Amino acid sequence: MIEARGLARTFTGKHGRVEAVRGVDLSVAPGEIVGFLGPNGAGKTTTLRMLTTLLAPTAGTATVAGRDLRADPGGVRRRIGYVAQGGGTDPSVPAGEELDLQARLYGVDGRAQRIAELCARLELEGLWDRPCGALSGGQRRRLDIALGLVHRPPLLFLDEPTTGLDPQSRGNLWEHIRSMRAGDGTTVFLTTHYLDEADALCDRLLIIDRGRIVAAGTPAELKRRVAGDVVTLQLADPSGAARAREALSRHRSVRKAVAAGGAVRLTVEDGERQLMSLVRTLDAAGVELASLNLARPSLDDVFLTVTGRSLRDAA
Amino acid sequence: MSLARTAADTRLVFGRCLRQTLRSKVAVVFGALQPLLYLVLFGPLLSRLVDVRGFGAGSAWQVFVPGVLIQLALFGAGFVGFGLIAELRSGVVERLRVTPVSRTALLLGRVLRDTLIVAVQAVMLVAVGLALGLRAPAAGVAVGLLFVVSLAAAVASLSYVLAMRTRSEDAFAPLLSAVTLPLLLLSGILLPMSLAPGWLDAVSRCTPFRYVVDAARAAFLGDYATAALAEGALVAAVLLVVSVWLGARRFRAENA
Ligand SMILES: Nc1ncnc2c1ncn2[C@@H]1O[C@H](COP(=O)(O)OP(=O)(O)O)[C@@H](O)[C@H]1O
Ligand SMILES: [Mg+2]
Repeated sequence: MIEARGLARTFTGKHGRVEAVRGVDLSVAPGEIVGFLGPNGAGKTTTLRMLTTLLAPTAGTATVAGRDLRADPGGVRRRIGYVAQGGGTDPSVPAGEELDLQARLYGVDGRAQRIAELCARLELEGLWDRPCGALSGGQRRRLDIALGLVHRPPLLFLDEPTTGLDPQSRGNLWEHIRSMRAGDGTTVFLTTHYLDEADALCDRLLIIDRGRIVAAGTPAELKRRVAGDVVTLQLADPSGAARAREALSRHRSVRKAVAAGGAVRLTVEDGERQLMSLVRTLDAAGVELASLNLARPSLDDVFLTVTGRSLRDAA
Repeated sequence: MSLARTAADTRLVFGRCLRQTLRSKVAVVFGALQPLLYLVLFGPLLSRLVDVRGFGAGSAWQVFVPGVLIQLALFGAGFVGFGLIAELRSGVVERLRVTPVSRTALLLGRVLRDTLIVAVQAVMLVAVGLALGLRAPAAGVAVGLLFVVSLAAAVASLSYVLAMRTRSEDAFAPLLSAVTLPLLLLSGILLPMSLAPGWLDAVSRCTPFRYVVDAARAAFLGDYATAALAEGALVAAVLLVVSVWLGARRFRAENA
């Protein structure tokens, strides 16, 4: 659905040159929800604006929805929807008018029906005459998405779709995005700087930092690859800690074992599956267990590992 | 991009823009307020000066009303860039640019709306002028309005170019007044430039609006077969073509 090679964009302005995007390669398959995760200023919006024909790349090539970005921008435009970071509605214009104009500009057949269907699906009924400026944040975001979907594009770009929304509206929007893919097979390429959003919503992630993709994979893959799980075993008798550490460090899944106080802290590959086996190893060594805790590495741990900074600090 | 597509898209953009303007009716009235005040509060003074050298034949109203109309075109259409800056900020422009809409239509639809508004205001001003004592041949008034309309289209296009380049009210506003005020004074809108000393007249001849004002005045006086009218028509046509071309080029540019 998207194939990009060496996509780059340098801005030259009053304040000198900014290499916003420095050679991005990416592939998105049909039906995927792919997330572009990175801190503010990483180059997410710039990449999206290039892929949606709004900005000419300084270098690189891309095929978007089957059309070449440079040779056939008009073809790309007809096949994609784009929801910008700040939306794209006029506060004084009624929501219905925006939808109607958008459908006319795309030459949508059965305009009224399509709009009614979208409004029903995105919970926008009854808002036809309401000026966009008088909609709630969540409503306006859903309207933006309806505008992006009005011509049934196979590929939808969403730039920070839930930034500025309250937690409930965010969860609600995730549901809508999932149902879009489930219903129409829409491919979704979205950007976010929220770890939980990347984790919960995306099939696959591209982590971008300072204009470059620094890691890619499913959320689970990324976490597994980078960190491993942390298993903490609290022992009934603290004096057995050294013996326990000794026994556990020989277990094939354990990468690292540290005894501290009355507990042993392990870094384990694929921790969830190994728990039983770890407990058995401990049993065989004759050490009694008081409690057990498995902690998954977060995407922030991943970001920390590949960039040396925490995403929370970088953002 | 086919011509039919551009025309259809222009109609859609025009409709949207017109509805936006009509939603704030106040703006339409206020846009014509300044020229109207000149007409009502300053015009009667001039009508006492009929015999002053330089006014030429005809009543003062025939000289003054065309000037006020050109002022309307200059200011009314000059300010339209503010609306575009607001739409750049709200993301509307970007949203429309992702659709397959003709880029030229994004400009033309707006400019047509602006021109229509100025045309309506101009007719209103002429009506007020008539009530105050203006007497001019109907054909002359029609030709004069044509000048006003083409000037408004040109100025609106240029205003959009400027708005696109500056992208912020803070940069756009001072630039706009730095350009329009000298042009206004140099065009001889309030008093004909034939009254001016030689150097001022010479400077004035370097600005385009001078010719358009003179031509509109000639039309109001019924002097159709004059050099002033021909020059004015030529300048207005060139200005219109160049401005719309610049505007269209700007809207087609990647970063617009
Ligand atoms: N039009 C522009 N002119 C100059 N610099 C820009 C422009 N747009 C973005 N940038 C710069 O490019 C970098 C990447 O910005 P952006 O793509 O918006 O990041 P993100 O969306 O990941 O927060 C930033 O340093 C930003 O300041
Ligand atoms: Mg961004």
